[in-house]
Amino acid sequence: MTAPLLALEDLRVRFGGVAAVDGASLTLEHGTFTGLIGPNGAGKTTLLRLIIGIVRADNGRIRLDGRDITKLAVSRRARLGLAMSHQIVRPFRSLSVLDNVALAAGRRRTRDPLLSLLHVKRSTERARARELLDLVGIGDAADAEPAKLPLGYLKRLEMARALALEPRLLLLDEPLAGLNHSEAHRLADTIAGIHQTGTTVLLIEHNLAEVMRVCRRLVVLDQGRVIAEGEPRAVMADPKVRAAYLGEAPHAAA
Amino acid sequence: MAYEITLLTIIGINLILALSLNLITGFCGQISLGHAAFYGTGAYCAAILTKAGLPFPPALLAGGVVAGLLGLIVGLTSLRVREDFLAITTMGVGFLFLGFVRKQSWLGGELGVSGIPAPGLSDLGYMVLAIGIAAAVALFSLYVRRSWMGFAFDAVADDEDTARVIGIGVAGYKLTAFALGTALAGIAGGLYAHYARIIVPDTFGFTLSVTILAMVVVGGIGSTWGVIVATVLLSLMPELFRFVNDYKLLLFGGLLLLTMRFSPGGLAGLTRETWHRLRRNQGRNREQVDDGTAARS
Ligand SMILES: Nc1ncnc2c1ncn2[C@@H]1O[C@H](COP(=O)(O)OP(=O)(O)OP(=O)(O)O)[C@@H](O)[C@H]1O
Ligand SMILES: [Mg+2]
Repeated sequence: MTAPLLALEDLRVRFGGVAAVDGASLTLEHGTFTGLIGPNGAGKTTLLRLIIGIVRADNGRIRLDGRDITKLAVSRRARLGLAMSHQIVRPFRSLSVLDNVALAAGRRRTRDPLLSLLHVKRSTERARARELLDLVGIGDAADAEPAKLPLGYLKRLEMARALALEPRLLLLDEPLAGLNHSEAHRLADTIAGIHQTGTTVLLIEHNLAEVMRVCRRLVVLDQGRVIAEGEPRAVMADPKVRAAYLGEAPHAAA
Repeated sequence: MAYEITLLTIIGINLILALSLNLITGFCGQISLGHAAFYGTGAYCAAILTKAGLPFPPALLAGGVVAGLLGLIVGLTSLRVREDFLAITTMGVGFLFLGFVRKQSWLGGELGVSGIPAPGLSDLGYMVLAIGIAAAVALFSLYVRRSWMGFAFDAVADDEDTARVIGIGVAGYKLTAFALGTALAGIAGGLYAHYARIIVPDTFGFTLSVTILAMVVVGGIGSTWGVIVATVLLSLMPELFRFVNDYKLLLFGGLLLLTMRFSPGGLAGLTRETWHRLRRNQGRNREQVDDGTAARS
């Protein structure tokens, strides 16, 4: 029996008095495409930040391929095949859009600080970056400064940069936010296409219509814990899930 | 002629010093208010070694190595603190260095080290050596900027957390910047010691740290050419206006703050902006069209 790609065991994180993640457990099998939904403040983003390592767990374990990575540095996790796109966009403002992606594509060149001094040429990585910008539909902004771009572009830049790492597990935090209906549709298709090539995907998204359309499995987080998971339609029919969303209409449920 | 040679030697040494800090602060984004300590470490180390009979070249190198090792240790502490606190930490390192050196009788205490052997070069030869090393450091800086190391430094200076997320070992890059920058400062120190032939602790104080930082910031953080221009200008100031010597901290500290407040890009940033404005105006005059999209690249 092989270990699942990712296993979260009883994760807990408190920020002051707030229990942002409160005993969350979750398993992602190799090659799966999972949607992660939940009301605002449910702890979805925090859970992703735990997986990538920006936030440290107060309790619990994170395993990648059975290996305990709970205490591993963020950059080491990235090199093990984890990549994430931020909900709050964080482009490198001193770099062009193209170089934001090229730098990630050159992760083998930047792996060792001293060896990084031996390489100057960026053309291979820039060519790869251009492909990825085209893939997510912002190839026209390759030479722009990130500071001058609208949110929809920066969201897709986040995704292109994550893809440049050629991850085994792609963590996406609301990549469709800031896109119009047809752009969102197209990008959701792109994500589904990336999944088809063998990448395991965990997608946080408030756009339920697109989530229901592309995800094979749905996980619902509420108040820091998983309250339902399984086949998307069955999950959405679950009374617990309906209750969690009560008084808070799901965004853009077309 | 002797005066010009002296001046050029000092400028060469200052260039090495400012460019070395530019590696740490300009390229990698790590502020340092204690750079004079590493300059001092190199100066004392090289001076003690040549006085003990070691030839000048290996002594100079040893000063660089010892300063670089010290820089590595300070760099390790930089991993633990946030940006704003790093300024205070490095300032503390500067004061610690002075406090330590002043109390060591084997380093001459308050009187410093005198009778440092001549390096075995004519004044002109020594000037060529200083300018030559400065030129090499400048070329090295330009190269680093273009390499993948410089690329990664950009990311570290910009947003450490995000740099980590794309697999960049931030700690390793910071330590590399500190080690390289402080080692070069140590070399500058050794050059200074064998030019002055006498060194006293006060030379390596807070005023000098602020002066070096002013050279980097006024020139334009991260811009090798900007830092070169600013270093030459600020090195000439005390020569042209004698009173500057009495008000160094006030003047250079003031310049530093004014630049950060009104022109964070320094001379390099100003030049770039002016250039773009000129070109935009020219384009407008020629074609009589309003070019509102001219981008600052
Ligand atoms: N760095 C932080 N410091 C303090 N509190 C935080 C921090 N990050 C998150 N929180 C709190 O933790 C809880 C969970 O936040 P999180 O951002 O993970 O929710 P979310 O499910 O991603 O919400 P949204 O759908 O709005 O993005 C919220 O109550 C939030 O205010
Ligand atoms: Mg969120």
